[in-house]
Amino acid sequence: MSTSTNRGTTPGTAPGTSTATPAASRTSPTAAVVRTEAVLFGRELGSLFWIVLFPTILLVILGFVPDFTEPDPALGGQRVIDLYASVVVVLATIMAAVMAMPSVIAGYRESGVLRRLRTTPVHPAALLGAQVALHAAAVLGSVVLALGTARVLHDVPLPGAVGWYAVALVLTTAAAFSVGAVVTAVSASARVVQTVGTVVIFPLMFTSGVWMPVQTMSGWLRDVVVATPLGAASEALNDALHGLRPDLVDLAVVTGWAAVLSLVAVRLFRWE
Amino acid sequence: MISISHLRKAYGDTVAVDDVSLEVAAGEVMGILGPNGAGKTTTVECVAGLRVPDSGTVRVAGLDPRTDRPELTRVLGVQLQESRLQPKITVAEAMRLWSALYADPVPWAGLVERLGLEDQAGSRFRDLSGGQQQRLSIALALVGRPRVVILDELSTGLDPRARREVWQVVRDLRADGVTVLLVTHAMEEAQQLCDRIAIIDHGRVRALDTPDGLISEASAATVTSFTAEEPVDLESLRALASVSSVRTDAGRVVVEGRDGAALEVLERLARQQVTPHGLRVVDGTLDTAYLQLTDTREETPA
Repeated sequence: MSTSTNRGTTPGTAPGTSTATPAASRTSPTAAVVRTEAVLFGRELGSLFWIVLFPTILLVILGFVPDFTEPDPALGGQRVIDLYASVVVVLATIMAAVMAMPSVIAGYRESGVLRRLRTTPVHPAALLGAQVALHAAAVLGSVVLALGTARVLHDVPLPGAVGWYAVALVLTTAAAFSVGAVVTAVSASARVVQTVGTVVIFPLMFTSGVWMPVQTMSGWLRDVVVATPLGAASEALNDALHGLRPDLVDLAVVTGWAAVLSLVAVRLFRWE
Repeated sequence: MISISHLRKAYGDTVAVDDVSLEVAAGEVMGILGPNGAGKTTTVECVAGLRVPDSGTVRVAGLDPRTDRPELTRVLGVQLQESRLQPKITVAEAMRLWSALYADPVPWAGLVERLGLEDQAGSRFRDLSGGQQQRLSIALALVGRPRVVILDELSTGLDPRARREVWQVVRDLRADGVTVLLVTHAMEEAQQLCDRIAIIDHGRVRALDTPDGLISEASAATVTSFTAEEPVDLESLRALASVSSVRTDAGRVVVEGRDGAALEVLERLARQQVTPHGLRVVDGTLDTAYLQLTDTREETPA
């Protein structure tokens, strides 16, 4: 999805010289919106740090905890660091979808960017689509960086079931963005988005296993957590990482949450 | 070019626009004046397709803003009140983006120059002054070569020099045959730029005429002022039928009245053996006309 930002006219085309540019060679409005938002996203160094770098940094540090690199029979021979490879992937989706993106969209809504765009030939939905695409691209970059680094530094295996891993990753990302969409939709202002986002982010991090991986939980706690979107996502990603087909129940839980929350967000969202 | 017929829009119990009908001819600059909360902005938002009227019809170049949005956005440029852009977008990036949204955009560098923003091309939106943000917003409204332009609070926050530049842009639009709907608070702006002015109050059109027409309708169409060494019988001036008010202002006698009041005043002074010094007879301003029309609305048929 990120390649689409590069097509179209070169940014250096001198303004004022191209009045008679044939329509075919011009950037399509949607491509222009995506390109502009990509440039702006590149200026959000804070967001980029938390989405792209922070999960990898966390994984690297955890790898230096001595016990985490010992195979544990209780975990079917997996090491704790292996579990965290999936946890930080979920963490990247939380950072992108719940921490970073809702305040951008709410800001656009509040300051009238969406409204202004409604008076032009492009629909403001193009702007929302561009934001989702760019944040999702950042998640993908973060996943590649985290898994690559873990492989090199801590000998964590690369995904064994690549197809299933891709499926699990797409569903996880969809679930996280649907949570972020609900946060944006229920909040009246950019300020409220910050507050709601902060309140929501801690349970999300807990259920995804940041404090203790889902696989190390037991009893009722585990039953509850695997019924949450990101708890189930963590399970599915971990299975696929180790070459297994994820439990279909886990995939169904993630998909169900994503569908329901997206529907709620679409129903509640206001353009202004 | 713009046709508004019996437009009505309420927000809950608050009626923003009660009954507004207005025809704007192609190439005309139509001013919309009125106090805060009179329904000006709601009216133009309905024209721009941003709000759905409760009743009545709106047509812009024959298009219905509600159902023909894609076509409408190609002929209509809109500068909204208090509309901001992405905080970190630069002037050049915004202009380039907006240019890409239209089939045949104006070369934006020239537009930016005409609005005095050429030195800010690389500046981010949030670093611009309020006046610069406003001028960028105007530039964006014009980049798509619109046939109809809505300018809401055009010169709010602009310094006098920038205001002149923006006024020139509106005059250029008029010279190019573009139809302009200009919402404003500034009487001088309306008087200078508009072919006709609609005064809106309480959601209705109170008056609709040329600026000169509105002024001459008012009871203070001319203002006569002078100083005199001899005492002046102000009461006798007030008694004149054509005079609406007499006051002294910093030693000067100021007489407001209908057309022709000046002659009657001079005649009366001659009879009193008073010699007026520093005599000035000037047109009344739109201010007076505006205040009368929006104050005494019960007496003014809509």
